[in-house]
Amino acid sequence: MSEVKDTQGQLWEVFIQSKKGLPFKHAGSVHAFDKEMAIQNARDLYTRRGEGKGMWVVPADAIVAVDASDEESFFDPSNDKIYRHPTFYELPEGLKNM
Amino acid sequence: MEILDLSKFCMRLGDSCLILAHRQSEMCSKGPFLEEDIAQTNLGLDLLGQAEALLIYSAKLEGKGRTADDLAFRRPEREFYNFMLTEQPNTDFAFSVVRQYIMALYLGKVYEALAKVDDDVLSGVAAKAVKEIAYHERHLGMWIKRLGDGTEESHERIQIALNELWMFVGELYEEDDLDLKLQEAGYAISGEEMKAYLMEKITAQITEATLSIPESVYMTTGSKKGIHTEYLGFMLTEMQYLQRAYPDAKW
Repeated sequence: MSEVKDTQGQLWEVFIQSKKGLPFKHAGSVHAFDKEMAIQNARDLYTRRGEGKGMWVVPADAIVAVDASDEESFFDPSNDKIYRHPTFYELPEGLKNM
Repeated sequence: MEILDLSKFCMRLGDSCLILAHRQSEMCSKGPFLEEDIAQTNLGLDLLGQAEALLIYSAKLEGKGRTADDLAFRRPEREFYNFMLTEQPNTDFAFSVVRQYIMALYLGKVYEALAKVDDDVLSGVAAKAVKEIAYHERHLGMWIKRLGDGTEESHERIQIALNELWMFVGELYEEDDLDLKLQEAGYAISGEEMKAYLMEKITAQITEATLSIPESVYMTTGSKKGIHTEYLGFMLTEMQYLQRAYPDAKW
């Protein structure tokens, strides 16, 4: 597919944790040739404005994603099973980040 | 130590940061790839922030009604006191890396001392800058190693940059009367201590990068008296263009 050779290195996905204890969220991607360069490039792109307290970079090809053609079999069967969500509980007051 | 001594000291340090920041800003859009381009520009922005804080303070202590902008844009070449190393051009990426790396080591040590002084402005500026510069050292150190221990071409180019820039390192640990006064007041470490620190750090990094320390013994001197290499004048022409062409322009 790609006729033009990519000289920017491997693609890495960046995940940032905004506060200790919270889950890491996908922030974007960077190019880099190895781990050290990947974490530094990610820092320069994504954490200069107080975005987080923790960061992961993961080689994009290490991520296994659901193929778009499998969407129906993976996600649709849960559409009518609302009881799979804990939505029938009252949350205690003052509970955040549920 | 008198207040004007402190003003001059801040001006020297601020000038080095400003000129280094401007050189670094010239790298914007010229990085080897997008991510590094942003990283390089970020380094420049950090230095510009430090320059601004130091020049604002210098102007205030001086008490002549000048602003930081006046200092940056209305002084001729001979009234700039930045180290000659900081004005050296971005001949290629290796030159920028070596210049910025050596200055990061120097600035890190300077700010480390300043963070402890009994002066809220300076210790505040320094405490923030120490963190920024620690990253500069890490990022640029990575490039020294990567280029030095990379391909034959990158190894040769960074060794050339090191050889060419080496004669400007001596100024970083040279002392004049003002330095001695500041040292006595606890604002700076001695030249000897700075030299030992720089040599130890550079030698370790260079050796790891399979490079060698240049043997040249000649070291330039003069920037503390406003003497510069030919490059500063050209840089100021561009940097100060607006104020020179349209004095007092406002927008």
